[in-house]
Amino acid sequence: MKEQKQETKRTLKEKASQALGVSEADAKLSKSYMSVAFLALLIGGFLGLLQGLERAGLIQMPSWFTYYQVLTAHGLLLVLVLTAFFAIGYFYAGMSHTLGGILPHVRTMAWIGFWLKIVGFVFAVIPVVMNDATVMFTFYPPMAASPLFYIGLALIVIGVWICAFGAFINVATWRKQNPAKHIPMLAFFATGVFVLLFFGSIGVTIEVIMLIFWSAGVMETINVMLSRTLFWSFGHTLVNIWYLTAVSAWYVIVPKIIGGKRFSDTLTRVVVAMLVITNIPGGFHHQIVDPAMGPALKYMHVFMSLSIAFPSLMTAFAMFYVFERTGRAKGGKGLFGWLKKLPWKDVRFLAPFIAMVAFIPAGAGGIAQTTNQLNQVVHNTMWVVGHFHLTVGTSVALTFFGISYWLIPYLSKRVLTPAMNKVGVIQTIIWTVGMLFMAGSMHYVGLLGSPRRTSYTTYGDHAVALGWDPYLFLLAIGGTLLIIGVLIQVYAVFHLMFFAPKGQTEFPIAEPEEPEEQTPLWTDRWGVIIALMILVIAIGYVVPLTDLIVNAPPGSPPIRTW
Amino acid sequence: MKIHRYEKIWLTLSFGVILIFMLIIGVQAFAFEHAPPSHKEIIDPQKVDVTAPFDNPGVFQTGENEYEVVMTLQAFGFTPHEVEVPAGAKVTFTLTSKDVIHGFQIAQTNVNAMVVPGHIQKVTQTFSKPGEYLVLCNEYCGIGHEMMAMTITVK
Repeated sequence: MKEQKQETKRTLKEKASQALGVSEADAKLSKSYMSVAFLALLIGGFLGLLQGLERAGLIQMPSWFTYYQVLTAHGLLLVLVLTAFFAIGYFYAGMSHTLGGILPHVRTMAWIGFWLKIVGFVFAVIPVVMNDATVMFTFYPPMAASPLFYIGLALIVIGVWICAFGAFINVATWRKQNPAKHIPMLAFFATGVFVLLFFGSIGVTIEVIMLIFWSAGVMETINVMLSRTLFWSFGHTLVNIWYLTAVSAWYVIVPKIIGGKRFSDTLTRVVVAMLVITNIPGGFHHQIVDPAMGPALKYMHVFMSLSIAFPSLMTAFAMFYVFERTGRAKGGKGLFGWLKKLPWKDVRFLAPFIAMVAFIPAGAGGIAQTTNQLNQVVHNTMWVVGHFHLTVGTSVALTFFGISYWLIPYLSKRVLTPAMNKVGVIQTIIWTVGMLFMAGSMHYVGLLGSPRRTSYTTYGDHAVALGWDPYLFLLAIGGTLLIIGVLIQVYAVFHLMFFAPKGQTEFPIAEPEEPEEQTPLWTDRWGVIIALMILVIAIGYVVPLTDLIVNAPPGSPPIRTW
Repeated sequence: MKIHRYEKIWLTLSFGVILIFMLIIGVQAFAFEHAPPSHKEIIDPQKVDVTAPFDNPGVFQTGENEYEVVMTLQAFGFTPHEVEVPAGAKVTFTLTSKDVIHGFQIAQTNVNAMVVPGHIQKVTQTFSKPGEYLVLCNEYCGIGHEMMAMTITVK
């Protein structure tokens, strides 16, 4: 009897959530964002393959499209376009679903943001193709690209800001209409991501505006260290934004897919808040071997960077707690019997699961890099590239892929067929093996001293450099597998968007584990979280930025070295 | 707020590990002076050639078993590009850039530093084993970046 009652309650809730749904207009918005994201994956993936083959000495890039141009474009497409477009498309769909739709004027804002980013990207890519901006996606001055490149970057940032403000307006409006309720978890994650996107990019925006004037000749010289520091105040935050996006799916979506409940509501919100508060100064560890900053300051920043590990360690616990609980509820016995009860053949679970497992070595490698002496061993070597492909290329990308297998059919009112699910499982395995080869050999060859961002070279057949070659060959094998993965993934996305059979697909949002447990209201007070975040940023950055401005050397003029 | 006992144990352990980590790094950095290269001294990046000591780059003996290597980095090379030092000597590299940002990495050692225009960077190393060490630029600096390398001969 009681069970029956619960059953009716559940269906009611389900009906309600279906009614909320994503409206036609919201679906179109998210589908557009997804289309751009996966087109960027396709082009960026091919450029990545070219790089891997050239780096292994297997092909030679032509003089009209050099290795460094390809590397700049690969970075822009995958680091800026794929991730940003995916995250915004996903979170806008998530807000539309959990907040009862995107407000019409917010939707307009998201479209304005969309086109600003597209125009900005076209502006940035024209000089890259014309070899007028072969400066990498780090664009460190005094290497100077064409002003058009920086104007394009500025437009992209403004586009992202408009989307962030749209999200804030949507969440705030919902809060006003639902004063007694907590912000739904996916919208809570979205708020965290957009807060980081806005506040994290302020520093780099100041840098880019200075670079526009400097490269156009209005400003004669630039403060190189200041630019570099402003850049990195954003650099690592961006990575953690994708990571937080992936984590949102781990907490909210994955438990539902495996038939379980969400982890503690309060602790999840605390993890989001901690990630937002601690994140921005984390980028400083990219400057551990820089001049102009003393050892005491660097030591403090090691601590600030390591504090980001704390919420991630909480996440590690939460994930395996949910897996074990769910597995045991389904009858899994013994120490590891519950593992067998998880839906391994479901791509919507398999892909994010491998993503989480990859984050264990990825996170450990991150901790290694954050620390003073270990950083000195691997700084700017292939190790860093390996780390990047393990964190972003595996943990984040595989989660995004896993999301695409339910989000795209949900948006296009189609279904994931068993055949397509199988395609997804194969894609996940190819991707995993490809990354094992690629990121694995990158890590190892980096320890041996092979530098990053360098085209094929043996440094005059120096014995040490020749010793790297076998690992670079393994890297190329990994890259070749990955391009197969890219092709399958892009095919799957567009198939699910336009050709899969029509039908209803659920937006899988898990229920909290103990609904009767009251989450404290302070977890929803974003004003407090943002104030704490600004305090932490100030602790990390006021002293070094002041020092770099007050004790600045004469600046550098624009220099072109390619 | 209810926290599961196992989670408390996990959080205590992980926080403890991070603290121990920090303690070791701190002792290494400040007691053993193994802090990363962090020299604070500025220079006009457009006048490197006429500013001491970079107007006369080279290897200089500064003590009984101590050497200073004054070096400029520029697209796409090191000046001087061949250096010879005795094994077991304490060698301090004094570095600056004449144009863009470069990296200074001695393969198979822990020497790894950023060389930023406008700033002077210093890094110290004792080469215990004789041999021919490969020095390379590990920060992308332009079209000839992969050719920017030199050797240090340790005798």
